[in-house]
Amino acid sequence: MSAFSAIGADSETDDEAFTPGIEPQPTWCPGCGDFGVLNALKKAMPEVGRNPDEVAVFTGIGCSGKLNSYFESYGFHTIHGRSLPVARATKLANPGVEVIAAGGDGDGYGIGGNHFIHTARENHDMTYIVFNNEIFGLTKGQTSPTSPKGHKSKTQPSGSAKDPLRPLSLSLSAGASYIARTAAVNPNQAAEILAEAIQHDGFAHVDFLTQCPTWNKDAKQYVPYTDIQESDEYGHDINDRAEAAQAMYDAESKLHEGEILTGRFYVDDERPSYTAEKQAIGEMPEQPLAERYFDEDAEWDRSYDLLEKHK
Amino acid sequence: MPEPDDLMWRIAGGSGDGIDSTSQNFAKALMRSGLNVFTHRHYPSRIRGGHTYVEVRAGNGPVNSRGDGYNFLLTLGDSFARNPSEDAYYGNEEAKPLTENLDELNEGGVIVYDEGLLDEEDVEAINLEERAEENGWHVYPVDLRGIAREHGRDVMRNTAGVGFTAALMDIDPAYFEEIISNGMSGEMKEANLKVLEDAYELGQEVEHTHGWTAPEGEGHDEEQVLLSGSDAISYGAIDEGCRFISGYPMTPWTDVFTIMSQNLPKFGGISEQVEDEIAAAALAIGASHAGVKAMSGSSGGGFALMSEPLGLAEMTETPLVLVEAMRAGPSTGMPTKPEQGDLEHILYTSQGDSTRVVFAPANVEECYTQTRKAFELAYEYQIPAIVAYDQKLQGELRNVPESFFDEEPNADPGSVLTEEEIAEAAHHASDKFKRFLHEPEDGSNVSPRSVPGQEGGRFLATGNEHNEVGHISEDPENRVIQMNRRMGKLDDIREELDATEQSHQTYHGPEDAEYGIITWGSQQDTVFEAVDELNEAGHSVKAVGVSDLMPFPETEMTEFLESVEHAVVVEMNASGQLRGHIQKELGKYGDKLSSLLKYNGNPFEPRDVVEGFETSNGDGELPHQRMTYVPAAGD
Ligand SMILES: Cc1ncc(C[n+]2csc(CCOP(=O)(O)OP(=O)(O)O)c2C)c(N)n1
Ligand code: SF4
Repeated sequence: MSAFSAIGADSETDDEAFTPGIEPQPTWCPGCGDFGVLNALKKAMPEVGRNPDEVAVFTGIGCSGKLNSYFESYGFHTIHGRSLPVARATKLANPGVEVIAAGGDGDGYGIGGNHFIHTARENHDMTYIVFNNEIFGLTKGQTSPTSPKGHKSKTQPSGSAKDPLRPLSLSLSAGASYIARTAAVNPNQAAEILAEAIQHDGFAHVDFLTQCPTWNKDAKQYVPYTDIQESDEYGHDINDRAEAAQAMYDAESKLHEGEILTGRFYVDDERPSYTAEKQAIGEMPEQPLAERYFDEDAEWDRSYDLLEKHK
Repeated sequence: MPEPDDLMWRIAGGSGDGIDSTSQNFAKALMRSGLNVFTHRHYPSRIRGGHTYVEVRAGNGPVNSRGDGYNFLLTLGDSFARNPSEDAYYGNEEAKPLTENLDELNEGGVIVYDEGLLDEEDVEAINLEERAEENGWHVYPVDLRGIAREHGRDVMRNTAGVGFTAALMDIDPAYFEEIISNGMSGEMKEANLKVLEDAYELGQEVEHTHGWTAPEGEGHDEEQVLLSGSDAISYGAIDEGCRFISGYPMTPWTDVFTIMSQNLPKFGGISEQVEDEIAAAALAIGASHAGVKAMSGSSGGGFALMSEPLGLAEMTETPLVLVEAMRAGPSTGMPTKPEQGDLEHILYTSQGDSTRVVFAPANVEECYTQTRKAFELAYEYQIPAIVAYDQKLQGELRNVPESFFDEEPNADPGSVLTEEEIAEAAHHASDKFKRFLHEPEDGSNVSPRSVPGQEGGRFLATGNEHNEVGHISEDPENRVIQMNRRMGKLDDIREELDATEQSHQTYHGPEDAEYGIITWGSQQDTVFEAVDELNEAGHSVKAVGVSDLMPFPETEMTEFLESVEHAVVVEMNASGQLRGHIQKELGKYGDKLSSLLKYNGNPFEPRDVVEGFETSNGDGELPHQRMTYVPAAGD
C-alpha cells in the first residue's frame, strides 16, 4: 500500500460521499446562500472524479468558514483571511492533493487581500471560492469590502463612502488564470463552474454570489442574473484578456444596478501552474515532498556535505 | 606592555567596503594556522557607508567571546562616505573608522591606518599622536590604497591591510595566500596576491615599535569548520529532515532564510519567499499539515505578525518550528543591533493559554543541537517550537570541530500514522478519523495524526475548540479535556528533557560558589569568561546559562538558586525579562535576584559583567551609563 493510496484511486463517487455522516448540522441561517455553495460543491465532485480522502478544503473565518465542517474531506478551518497561504503550502508539499480554499468577502478580499493577490499572482493550482454576500455575516452585519457605496451598517452609520472592491478585475490583474462568477440562486451553473474550476490547472477564482438574508436584506438583488456566455449581448472571448477585462468591468459596474452577470469571465489554459514553473527552475522536487517521509528507501542527505566551504 | 594572550584584531571601515569578507577570511586563515577563533560583527542599519567593524579574536585557549576591548586596529577608511554631490559632504567620514574605534582600543595596542586616504591634517585634527602617547599605542601609517592601486583597484586595500597586519604580527602569509588562491581566479587572484605580498614586505621593513606578535597556533586535534549561529540553525534543521522553508526578509532572520533557501532545493526541498510573515508562518503550517517537516521565522516585528498562526498551530496540533532572531526593539528599533528584548513576546504571544517550546541556544554548537531538538519535540508532540537567538549569535563566527556535525539525519515526521495504522485507529460513527482523541491510547497527551491524501484519515483541523474528530465544539466538558491534554504536553516535554538528562542548561564555575550569575542565549559564554576572571580575583561565583525557556527547568533552577546567597541575572534588555520569568515560573526568589542589564545595542563584554557583579556585591558601582543595575526586591 502506498502512503497516499487515496490519491489517484479510481473513484466512482457520488455527492453523498461528500456528505458527512451523522453530524454536524449546519448552523447557517435558513435561506443563507452558503447552502448553495455547499450543494454546488458536492454536486461538482463526482464530475471532478476525486474521492473525499484526496481532497482538502481550507477555509478562513466567517459563516463561509464552516463550509468544510459540512463537507466530507480533509479540512482545515484556519484563521480569518489565512486560508490561502495554508492551502498553498499543502499543495506544494503534496501536489497530488486536490486543494480547494474558500472564504467570505471580508475574509478573502479584506483581511486576506494580500494573500489573495499573491496566490493569484503565483498561479497555484487550486480553486478559491469566495462567498460574496457583500456583508460581514458572522460578526453580525458590518459593511464589507464588496458592500455597495452608501451601504449603511452599525459601523458605517452614515453609509459607506467607499466604492466596492472589484474582485474579478482585481483577480485578473493579480494573475488568476481562471476567473468566474456564479450565484447560489443558480445551482446548475454553479456546480458546472466549480467542477471546471477544480479541474483547471492553475489558480481558479470563483466569486460566488451568496445571499445573506439575515444581515443583507438586499439579497434579492441576486435575482435575476444573466449568464454572459449564454447571452448574445455579452458573449465575449474568455481567452482574450482585454475582452475579459471589459466584461468584468461591465459586470462589476452593473452588479448594484440590478443586472447580475455570471459565468466564466477569463480562462487561460496556457499559463503553467506555479508547481510547473518551480519544477522548471529546479526548485520543486519531482516526487511529492510529503511522500518522501513515508518512503523507506528515501535518501536523506545531511548538512555534513555542506561543511567544505567552512573549512 | 605584556604580550597579549590572544590577538584581538579589529578591522573598521564603511559597510560595503568588504569588511565582512575580509574578516571572515582573516579568521579562517588563523583557524587554519591552528588557533581558535571568534568573530564579533558590528554594523549600522544602512547599505553603503556608515561605520562598521568586525573583531576577530584568536588564541590557543578557548575563545568564546569578543573579549575586553581589542588590541589591533586596522582602519580602511569609508569609501562610500561621500554623497555624490560635492556640497552634501558631511564631515570627515574618512577619519571616522579611526576616531570611532579608539575608545575601546587597549593600552599598548597597535593602529594601522591608510595614509593614502587620510591627509595629514585629518590625523592632526583628531590628536592621534597625543592620544597614542597617553595610551602607549603604536601607530603605523601606511599607504594601503597606494599598494592596492599599483596592482589592481582601490578596494584591494583590505588585502593590503591584511598583508601588513600579518607582517606586523608575524603571521605566516601562506595562510592568506591559500585563501586568496582558492577563493578567486584570473586577474583578480593575481592582483590580490601581489597586493598581499607587497604589503607584507612593507610590513616587514617598517620598524616594529610594539614588540609583540600574534600567538603561534598550537594546532587542532581535528579538522575545524568556521560557522555562525545561523549556519548551525540551518544545518540542524536540514539534518532533522526539514525540507520546507517559508519566510519574508527581516534582519537578522534573513540570514537563516537565505542559507536555507540556497540549500534546500539541492536537498530536494522547497523554499518560498512570500508576501508577509503571516503568510510565512501559515505556509509552514500548511506544509506541516501535509506531512512535511517545515520551518519559518522572523525577527521582532515580523514575529509579531506570526502570533496568530502560532496559536493556530497550537490549537490544530500541527507541528511548527519558528526561528526568532532578536534585534533591538520596540517597533523597528535598531535593526542591526542585538538585544534580548523579545523574550516575553516569544514566551507568551498569541491569544489564550498558549503553550510552546522555546529554546535559546548560546553558541554555534547549541544552535545546531537545540534546533534539532526543537524539531524533534515539535513533530513528536505536535506543538509549536521556537528557537530564539539574536543578532549577535547570528553574525558571529566560531571554529567547531567538523566531527561535531557528523550526526545521523532524522527525517521521522513524528506522530504521523501510516495508512495501515489509520485503518486500525479509532473512527467516529460518521467514519471520520478521531484525530483529537480525548485519551490517546498510549496514555500520553499526543493523539496521532493523519495527513491529506491518506485513505481513511479524513478529519477537520480547526482553530476553534473542537471535539475528537475536529468539529467545532463549545461543550464545556470537551473543552476542559482538550485544553488539559494540549497543555499537558508541556509537562511531558519537561519530563522528557529532565529524565533523559538532555538538559540544555550550561553551568560554569565552582559548584560550591557563594554567588550566582544567571544568563541566557548569546550572553552565556561572555558571562562564563567573566566568571573565570572573578574567581581569579578572589570572588566565589558560578554561572548558569539557561537555554530551556519553555518548558522552564524548575528543578535545575531551584537547585541553583538554593545553592547561592544571591544571583545576578545578566541579560540584554531594559526590563529584566528573564528575571521576571524565573520569578513567575518558580513563584519566588524576588529577594534573591538582581539584574544587570545592557540595551545600548552592544552585547556585554566580560569586564561589563565583572563590574556588574562587583556592584551587586556592594564592592563597586557601575562607572558608566551603558549598563543598568537593578537590585533585588527589598534591597
Ligand atoms: C483577526 C480577526 N479579526 C476579526 C475577526 C472577527 N471576524 C470573524 S468573521 C468576520 C467577518 C466575516 O465576514 P465575511 O468574510 O464576509 O464572511 P461571512 O461571515 O459573511 O461569510 C470577522 C471580522 C477574527 N476572527 N479574526
Ligand atoms: S449571517 Fe448571513 S451569511 Fe451568515 S449564515 Fe446567516 S444568512 Fe448566512
